[in-house]
Amino acid sequence: MEFASNITIAALFQQILVGLSRTTILFIVASGLSLVLGVLRIPNVAHGSLYMIGAFLAYTIATLFGGGSSGFWIALFLAPIGVAIISFIIERGLFCHLYEREHLMLLLFTFAFTLVFGDLVKLVWGSDYRSLAAPVFLQGSFSIFDLPFPRYNLFLLIIGPMVAFGLWFLTNKTKIGKIARAAAVDREMVGAVGINVSWVFAAVFVIGCFLAGLGGALVAPTQNITQGMDHSIIIEAFLIVIIGGLGNIWGALLGALIFGLTDSIGILVWPQFAIVFPYIAVVTVLILCPKGLLKSTW
Amino acid sequence: MPDKKMNWKYIGTGLAIFIILIFLPQFLPRFYIYLSALILITGLLATSLNLVLGFGGMYQFHHAVFYGIGAYAFALTLTKTSLSPWIALLAAPAIAGLLGLIMGFICVRLSKLYFGMLQLSLGSLVWALVFRWYSFTGGDDGIHGISLPDIISSTTGSYYFTLIVTAVCLVLMYLIVNSPFGRTFQGIRDNPERTEAVGVNVRLHQLIGLMIAGAFAGIAGSLFVAVEGSVFPDLLFWTFSLELIIMCLLGGWFTFFGPMLGGAIIVMLRTFVGIYTEYWTLILGIVLMMLILFLPEGVLGYLKEKFKMHDKTVAI
Repeated sequence: MEFASNITIAALFQQILVGLSRTTILFIVASGLSLVLGVLRIPNVAHGSLYMIGAFLAYTIATLFGGGSSGFWIALFLAPIGVAIISFIIERGLFCHLYEREHLMLLLFTFAFTLVFGDLVKLVWGSDYRSLAAPVFLQGSFSIFDLPFPRYNLFLLIIGPMVAFGLWFLTNKTKIGKIARAAAVDREMVGAVGINVSWVFAAVFVIGCFLAGLGGALVAPTQNITQGMDHSIIIEAFLIVIIGGLGNIWGALLGALIFGLTDSIGILVWPQFAIVFPYIAVVTVLILCPKGLLKSTW
Repeated sequence: MPDKKMNWKYIGTGLAIFIILIFLPQFLPRFYIYLSALILITGLLATSLNLVLGFGGMYQFHHAVFYGIGAYAFALTLTKTSLSPWIALLAAPAIAGLLGLIMGFICVRLSKLYFGMLQLSLGSLVWALVFRWYSFTGGDDGIHGISLPDIISSTTGSYYFTLIVTAVCLVLMYLIVNSPFGRTFQGIRDNPERTEAVGVNVRLHQLIGLMIAGAFAGIAGSLFVAVEGSVFPDLLFWTFSLELIIMCLLGGWFTFFGPMLGGAIIVMLRTFVGIYTEYWTLILGIVLMMLILFLPEGVLGYLKEKFKMHDKTVAI
């Protein structure tokens, strides 16, 4: 067990930037989960699978368009849409009949999808590692205080706030967002004023899953695309949503910050147990505020 | 009051199954003896989960942690200390029960989904520790080739050991479920406010329930070590916990023996479907979907309904 003896300011700064780019991915995935949880009340375990499918789809689409920069951008555009289409089919086909069931049943039902999607991904893409190259101008790194920082992570740092702004705009400034927020509080009332709640739910579910696919496509160049990446992300996303407050987008952002930063700083402090730090942070938050940091829509 | 006649019927059936299981190794090949032991262990584990899930109505999302910790407690006491293996065996329920108490203490003031989620995060914390602590737990490799006492080192020996311990545990759990404590526990599930109002300490009952369930899961974990001779962090990974919930659901979680049946079905499904295809979780996923859509009461619950075995007094 080795503690890092001297942590320089530069190294700390670098790790914070790494943590922030990790936060971006976590936020995008967790906000989608939070949206579905807050409005539809479905604890969607299959969210992680959709993230994984997003990553694999991005790989396939990029390869189809000859790899390279244009392939990446097309993949980044099309992969989340592909995931959204899949989610639309399962929502209209199955989930829409199950809204009234209790949470545990919904959780298990979506877990069934995790099992099915896990094997389908294995069936389609095999069990080999895949990797997707970032566009040329985002490859390599530049130096901050003489320490390297990957260009792609900077790109993620720009994307993160954009998605957050987009979500804020969608939920606060558009009609569907307002209806969805109203439906989250009282779905009968929204139905009573003549709005087709079922289709609002479908739209929210598709948007949430789109975010999972986007997260998967964005994370693809930073790591190996593998089986099992669904299992780790979903547990992280759930914890983020819980500590942030169920259904609260800003809570998801706050939770993702806590998770991402404790993880990256943990690597600096105690590499062997870095994985433990975010969990300790989550447990601490939940002991202090059991219902999450920000107001839940539940 | 429990119907004594019904009670005897179940005890008779249980004894008959027990006797069949005693003679099983006489005519089964070795692999099937091993499989039977695995089924018993998984069934015991699922039954222990159902104590709190089905009878307590608590969202125990991460039950596998207690199983894994029991297995590690037994394995580590065997390999790292010179204590007698039989004392090591007691370490499993003791430490798993203690963990159940600690985690329960933190989680019990929350309800339903929040309870489950906090437990999931605490459990993941334990998993992460086990997964990374190479010098103590062996990290992601686990511990293999654990030397066991001679009596339980053979396949048949470990089978008999598993059978006896499982039988004793099942009887104990059955008695607990049908004891005044168990009744109160089910009362809390059905109506926590009213139970609280008649003067029952709800949190305390739930806490004790969690500890008992954890201890029994720990025993199942030590049996796993006795049969398998190894431990690895996957034993306490969260997906296994959800699989356990599926077992309870499959068998019927308002029944006592349902989880045992569910466990048997899942273990056999995994083994036999696994021979033909590597895509067995696909099958499991589809089975689970069908189950939730068409058979929400589980197999045993369905049979109970169908044959009108409406005796609310005795939990099957």
